[in-house]
Amino acid sequence: MTAATTPSIDLDRERASLERAWANGRGLLAWLSVTTHQAIGMRYIVTAFLFLLAGGVEALLMRLQLARPDNTLLTADKYNQIFTVHGSTMMFLFAVPMMEGMGVYLVPLMLGTRNVAFPRLNAFGYWMYVIGGLFLYWGLFTNTGPDVGWFAYTPLSGPQFSPGKRVDVWAQMITFTEISAMCVAAELAATILKMRAPGMSLNRIPLFCWGMLVQSFMVLFAMPAVMVASNIFLLTDRTIGTHFSNPAEGGDPLLYQHVFWFFGHPEVYIIFIPALGMVSAIVDTNTRRAIFGYPAMVLSLVATAFIGFGLWVHHMFATGLPQIGEAYFTAASMMIAIASGVQIFCWLATMWTGRIRWTAAMHFVAGFVFIFVLGGLTGVMLAAIPLDLQVHDTFFVVAHFHYVLIGGALFPLFGGFHHWFGKFTGRLIDERLGKLTFWVLFIGFNLTFFPMHILGLRGMTRRIYTYPSEMQWGGANALATAGALVILLGGILFLVNVFTSRRNGEMAGPNPWDSGTLEWATASPPQNFNFLLLPAVTGRYPLWTSFKERIAVTGLRNDRREVLVTTLMDAEPHHRYVLPRSSIWPFVTAVLITIGLIGSVFQFQWYYPGIALATIGFLGWFWPRAQEAEP
Amino acid sequence: MSAWGTPYQSAVNAAGPQSGRIETLFWVFTILLAIIFVIVIVVLLLTLTRRHRGIQQEPLEQTHIPSGATEHRLTRTVAAATIVTVVVLLGLLVASVGTGKAISGLGTARNGLAVEVIGNQWWWYVRYLNDDASRIVTTANEIHIPVGRPVMIRGTSHDVIHSFWVPNLNGKIDFIPSRVNAQWIEADYPGRFRGQCAEFCGIQHAHMALWVVAEPPDRFEAWMNHQLEPAAAPSDADSQQGQQVFLNHACIFCHTIAGTAALGSAGPDLTHFASRSTIAAGTLPNTKGNLAGWIADPQNIKPGNHMATVALDSADVQPLIDYLESLK
Repeated sequence: MTAATTPSIDLDRERASLERAWANGRGLLAWLSVTTHQAIGMRYIVTAFLFLLAGGVEALLMRLQLARPDNTLLTADKYNQIFTVHGSTMMFLFAVPMMEGMGVYLVPLMLGTRNVAFPRLNAFGYWMYVIGGLFLYWGLFTNTGPDVGWFAYTPLSGPQFSPGKRVDVWAQMITFTEISAMCVAAELAATILKMRAPGMSLNRIPLFCWGMLVQSFMVLFAMPAVMVASNIFLLTDRTIGTHFSNPAEGGDPLLYQHVFWFFGHPEVYIIFIPALGMVSAIVDTNTRRAIFGYPAMVLSLVATAFIGFGLWVHHMFATGLPQIGEAYFTAASMMIAIASGVQIFCWLATMWTGRIRWTAAMHFVAGFVFIFVLGGLTGVMLAAIPLDLQVHDTFFVVAHFHYVLIGGALFPLFGGFHHWFGKFTGRLIDERLGKLTFWVLFIGFNLTFFPMHILGLRGMTRRIYTYPSEMQWGGANALATAGALVILLGGILFLVNVFTSRRNGEMAGPNPWDSGTLEWATASPPQNFNFLLLPAVTGRYPLWTSFKERIAVTGLRNDRREVLVTTLMDAEPHHRYVLPRSSIWPFVTAVLITIGLIGSVFQFQWYYPGIALATIGFLGWFWPRAQEAEP
Repeated sequence: MSAWGTPYQSAVNAAGPQSGRIETLFWVFTILLAIIFVIVIVVLLLTLTRRHRGIQQEPLEQTHIPSGATEHRLTRTVAAATIVTVVVLLGLLVASVGTGKAISGLGTARNGLAVEVIGNQWWWYVRYLNDDASRIVTTANEIHIPVGRPVMIRGTSHDVIHSFWVPNLNGKIDFIPSRVNAQWIEADYPGRFRGQCAEFCGIQHAHMALWVVAEPPDRFEAWMNHQLEPAAAPSDADSQQGQQVFLNHACIFCHTIAGTAALGSAGPDLTHFASRSTIAAGTLPNTKGNLAGWIADPQNIKPGNHMATVALDSADVQPLIDYLESLK
């Protein structure tokens, strides 16, 4: 395990050995058993993208219904199911899993290791996510789609006012996706803290990995809260007759709101902190200079995460809480703007002094700055209680959070797609079509969402399936619907670009953009083992240091899935660690747990066989295999 | 005012001291933040278009880090921008808290009027409170208030969470079962202001509106005195038949008409039904034609609402409508 170049290694033999050890096999069984991070990450990305398309179709249906007053395209019942599933899809089935998929794919590459820390947990998390998503859509297509909003406030969502199984489907979908999110969070946090390339001390981690680390800790603290809300307060009230939210029996409907938003607000940062990391990766590559203010950027991410847990009450200003207490949450909400501001200033400073390459990805970054800053400033308005009490639950808020989430997460994500497309597929995405996609999306987005600010100020409340023509909301709504169709066009352009570029794009090569970070130090797409020789690093941008300073790690066994574990602060080599092989058990365990989780929605007693079956799954998963440790 | 279109449900067309202060705060925030937005976008455009003079000599291609002097200059600029951000935010925080305090100070000391409003799926129960029990008025979906006098809205809910919002007069306040929340409203001039439930409350959340009618004090008193009276007795044979139809059908299980045997409380009080301007919580203008359609098939007009369809002989419909529309 000496960190020095050893010219005597037979690279061809090492490569053959690695290929054997990391091979995924053929056939359906092997496909279900995959535990390599590139495959799982790409599955997350593709699945989440399909859910983005589903959520987009739902958004379009809502826009068509609201395009003119007294429209009858959708019934009230259908509209309520669709807006609930739209919100739930975008938050739980698209945004979080998509960011996690990008993390699962990119983090081990950026850190210079071969896989995530817990590969089977990774596979298990993915299957739980897929099953939860399919469960929700099974509900929607069998007229059992939830219809109480993605927040499912009690008592509306309770057994008295929402009989039937619609809300249970929603609440159990949350269980699946939260388990999945926590699996990814645990494995990414462990990977980032303990599996970095030698020399990659904490102050040399790429900012995207810092983003994923911060996000992972947020997930670990926030997601249990929503499981308490949806699973304990809501599901047990509904299935076994507890009274957490029933005021007639001493329960409290506001308790649910507190716990839900203790998760719900950090959720926003869980989505957009990884996106900020993507922005940094695109900016440093395309300005060809080290990001300005790295420590300030990292501290801003960490500060956002901490403050993010201290402002959930700004979703509840209208519930009649004491004024002094509420003022604290105004101040906390505004503090977020300082952390975001510092990051925007640092990117602008980087761009100011760099040599900008005006790529499609940079277009998306510029669009991000425009949209995200506007959304952030309306966020400052919402932090002011008197203003919030006017525009809360109106289309002004709809405009605000689409500016923050689409501007703050989706635009960086699309920038990231254009940036890393060559790494993912081996071929570059077409730049001209990419820039056109950007302009269509940018114009469509502003056309859709800017008029909503005015609609909200003029009294249009959220979640209404129709409105009378006297309200004179028709014009701005028609404009918004036209904008939604432009966004659809942008989405089609992107898909066309993806499919044509995958076949005919220019070959990317290992490092098409002359980037500085380690994911570009290997083939595009990377092989299952990522690196033939594991890198050691001496700076923040290893590929920007001169070639003679490049160092590789030797001394690991390549005939099994072995990785190097390094120390937390300075990433000094600590010990060798053998990762498990592919296994069908994560998939089997997910299916067995599903029997209990979904069965119990309909008949509570299914929990008991569910627990027994899950135990069988875990026994198979963790059954010791001597030959695996010493092949 | 007209530029904003609908003046009767708008947060930027204040008609009272509470909403007026909020509107002022809104413009302070909007103008200041718009200036900040423009500055950021100008800087962004400059970074994208400027020719990188000055740093051209620096060996950026090799080191990927500009010279120490450049970085030092950037540090100072970013620090200054951050300090400005903090100062602006502190100013806005003070303005926001100050406005909140000013609003909560309005109305509390003077000769207020107290109105209890209870949210129901999907209509508003309204009761004017009074120490003298004989002067308590009950109505629904329409709140009359005297101009220039503060009115306290005390609210709760009978079922799920609703939110009371009349934007021309004040921000919103949630009505939560088992809790009572209150806010003050006041109108500076006579007018009709629309409000709407703002918290999603089930399938007909979209059709849960209300009207606040601000009137000069003398007209308000006259309205109040009229509302205190029991329902008008039917004046002709047709209306008498209509009253019998009402009393002999399921209507009475849910609705009250003071002075008759109808004492139901699950639906709106109909004692002075014809004096109100809308039916079904702001869904339809109160006309005989709309009322006929509503009674014949409430589920068609407001699908999922809790009003039952009562089977009526066709000969009974017109008298019933005539009777209800005589309840001025």
